[in-house]
Amino acid sequence: MLSRTADHLFWMARYMERAENTARMLDVNYQTSLLPQSADKAEQGWRGLLSISELDWSFSRQYSEVTPRNVMDFMVRDESNASSILACLRAARENARAVRGALTTEVWETQNQTWLDFKGLLREDSFERDPAALFEWVKLRSHQSRGVTAGTMLQDEALHFLRIGTFLERADNTARLLDVKFHALAAEYFGAGNVKESQEIDFYHWSAILRSVSGFEIYRKVYRNVIRPERVAELLILRPDMPRSLAACMNEVVANLRLVANEHSGETLRNAGRLRADLQYGRIDEILSTGLHAYLTQFLDRVNDIGVGIGRDFLVPVALVAA
Amino acid sequence: MPARFDEMHTADAGVRAHYGTYDRWLKTQPHSAMQARREEAEMIFRRVGITFAVYGAKDEDTGAGNEGTERLIPFDLIPRVIPRQEWVEMEAGLSQRVRALNRFIHDVYHGQEILRAGIVPAEQVLNNAQFRPAMMGVSVPGDVYSHIAGIDIVRAANADGSGSYYVLEDNLRVPSGVSYMLEDRKMMMRLFPELFSMHRIAPVAHYPDLLLETLREVAPAGVTEPAVVLLTPGMYNSAYFEHAFLAQQMGVELVEGQDLFVRDGHVYMRTTQGAKRVDVIYRRVDDDFLDPQVFRKDSTLGCPGLIDAYRAGNITLCNAVGTGIADDKSIYPYVPKMVEFYLGEKPILNNVPTYQCRIADDLKYVLDHLAELVVKEVHGAGGYGMLVGPAASQAEIAQFRAVLQARPHNYIAQPTLALSTCPTFVDAGIAPRHIDLRPFVLSGKSVQMVPGGLTRVALKQGSLVVNSSQGGGTKDTWVLEV
Repeated sequence: MLSRTADHLFWMARYMERAENTARMLDVNYQTSLLPQSADKAEQGWRGLLSISELDWSFSRQYSEVTPRNVMDFMVRDESNASSILACLRAARENARAVRGALTTEVWETQNQTWLDFKGLLREDSFERDPAALFEWVKLRSHQSRGVTAGTMLQDEALHFLRIGTFLERADNTARLLDVKFHALAAEYFGAGNVKESQEIDFYHWSAILRSVSGFEIYRKVYRNVIRPERVAELLILRPDMPRSLAACMNEVVANLRLVANEHSGETLRNAGRLRADLQYGRIDEILSTGLHAYLTQFLDRVNDIGVGIGRDFLVPVALVAA
Repeated sequence: MPARFDEMHTADAGVRAHYGTYDRWLKTQPHSAMQARREEAEMIFRRVGITFAVYGAKDEDTGAGNEGTERLIPFDLIPRVIPRQEWVEMEAGLSQRVRALNRFIHDVYHGQEILRAGIVPAEQVLNNAQFRPAMMGVSVPGDVYSHIAGIDIVRAANADGSGSYYVLEDNLRVPSGVSYMLEDRKMMMRLFPELFSMHRIAPVAHYPDLLLETLREVAPAGVTEPAVVLLTPGMYNSAYFEHAFLAQQMGVELVEGQDLFVRDGHVYMRTTQGAKRVDVIYRRVDDDFLDPQVFRKDSTLGCPGLIDAYRAGNITLCNAVGTGIADDKSIYPYVPKMVEFYLGEKPILNNVPTYQCRIADDLKYVLDHLAELVVKEVHGAGGYGMLVGPAASQAEIAQFRAVLQARPHNYIAQPTLALSTCPTFVDAGIAPRHIDLRPFVLSGKSVQMVPGGLTRVALKQGSLVVNSSQGGGTKDTWVLEV
């Protein structure tokens, strides 16, 4: 397969996954904001969302206030924000268009239709009326994109690079979500900072985090117990059977990297395998005792290194570079 | 009243035999149903992404971004139908013409016998901007140069009300449009399946198969399992959809210049598993941009060293470099003579009578009859830089006269043909619009084509210009098997 083709496939999958995760995070914040809570706490939630994506600065250049409406506008349809859902869906579609010959007709049409329909939804202003419905729609289209890929594509390199893109992005996004949410809500538990107030760990907030990764029902099924932060962390970091956990994502990355291995990719595969082993044999109490924030920061660095390695080993450095 | 010829209707408003079944069906279709089908077609074309890019244009819906320059080619619901016998003759004529043209190109770059025989004036060839000295003495597999040729054919009305086919021009470099031929058919079968059970319509969907076969047949000598690729200028090129479509349909890599490199006289592509040898390039990039070491130095669309590899016989380019010498409008008037010279046959297809403005007598005639003629730039393409006399204002004619007198060698002129019309579904209902036809002729070990071609239609009332860049649309083209 052409290196440039692999590059476009990798980024097509990453952008689609990013669009989905942005929708998930917005959705959970929006749902939480409907709960009775102090204005401070609500604002904290929206700020957290911006810092997950490292967008605080570019947001503050354009908006004076952190309001739900401003943040949602910025994250959904702001063209200047490369991480907005609009920008992600466009980038996914443009990458797909660049290699439409390497995709099945159904995969391309799904990607193209998603983009066309999304523009239509924004024009109709349905987003203002019912943000939750739009987020739900983005998730569905992402499911569809993955489904049509798995259901129609030859199981060759093209599919493997798509999968690597999907799971590397998801690993990154889940780690960021965990980092920010735990940082904000449970600082005193995990040594991330000074304790400002004796904050009661709110069932609703933990369950919201779980819901944002479709993990609420899974949590119940796995633990059959009340919701505790350390279990939430364990589920989202270490459980290999939880599809959005770091462990599950790294399993997929390693498996697919093996399938596309070439003579230069040994080191990247080794790095990915080692990260996976750390998750496979890690324990949540160890992770928490060394500090969750430090752990996740290091994880993100390692995921980033793997991404750089994949670029170096397989892909051509071309104009369409990710944020 | 000027002569007119409609593909469906006779002069006395009867229906031609080959349109009989269609006409009976059409009469049962309410306008609203046709309107609904048209909207459905548009929706599907947009989803499938069958678009072409317009340079410098901005889309009406301001979703913004790069997709702003993608437009749909208008598709018309009413097919152009060609009776079997007409196609049989046309096919023989196309095959003959393209064989002669390939012989001509080979001759020009080798013995130049036709120049020495005085049949084509030597200076017309040797001083032509399309003549590529770099190709002199270069052998290409099977002596085939234009592997994919698009021959534009029109039908014009005669004074007695009959119609005659003429070749309007030969496109021997990188003719495009075949994807619309294929997609139009797919769309018609989807919108009107019943019509396909009512008629026996020759299929066209095997075109990519024939194309791949042709490309494989012309691989460099000794290569038994050739690696074929399609070279595109990239996703912002106006024909990108077609490039991606054909590559996908043939199952070959769609490459850009940046994906290729030359090492030790061979061409390779960069893949995730390292360098991979390439044997045949179906290139959809013009000669000028193929190799910055030989042609335009500022080109980033090609591959440095490609032409050296080509001259060494290590790679086949389809079409070959230098085919423009045979489809230049200044060479066009000589094509019937080429058929006689190389094949010893009588030309089956007619040329449009052409005045060469570089010849004093012809120029005088053209200047005296500007208001009746179509004057074309010799090297022009895409319907730009031409004068359609009957449609032009006095001022435009005066302006063109000055241009023509200043550079007469740059122009040819032809009588304004009364192009045939075909009923077309427009906003006001069904109305006649002018059409042409571009069959695609493939030359490898043999000459092959699928029945029919791409029918383009000038959607503006009275317009004779069918180019997609100038408001033209397309129609499905049916060759009936009985």
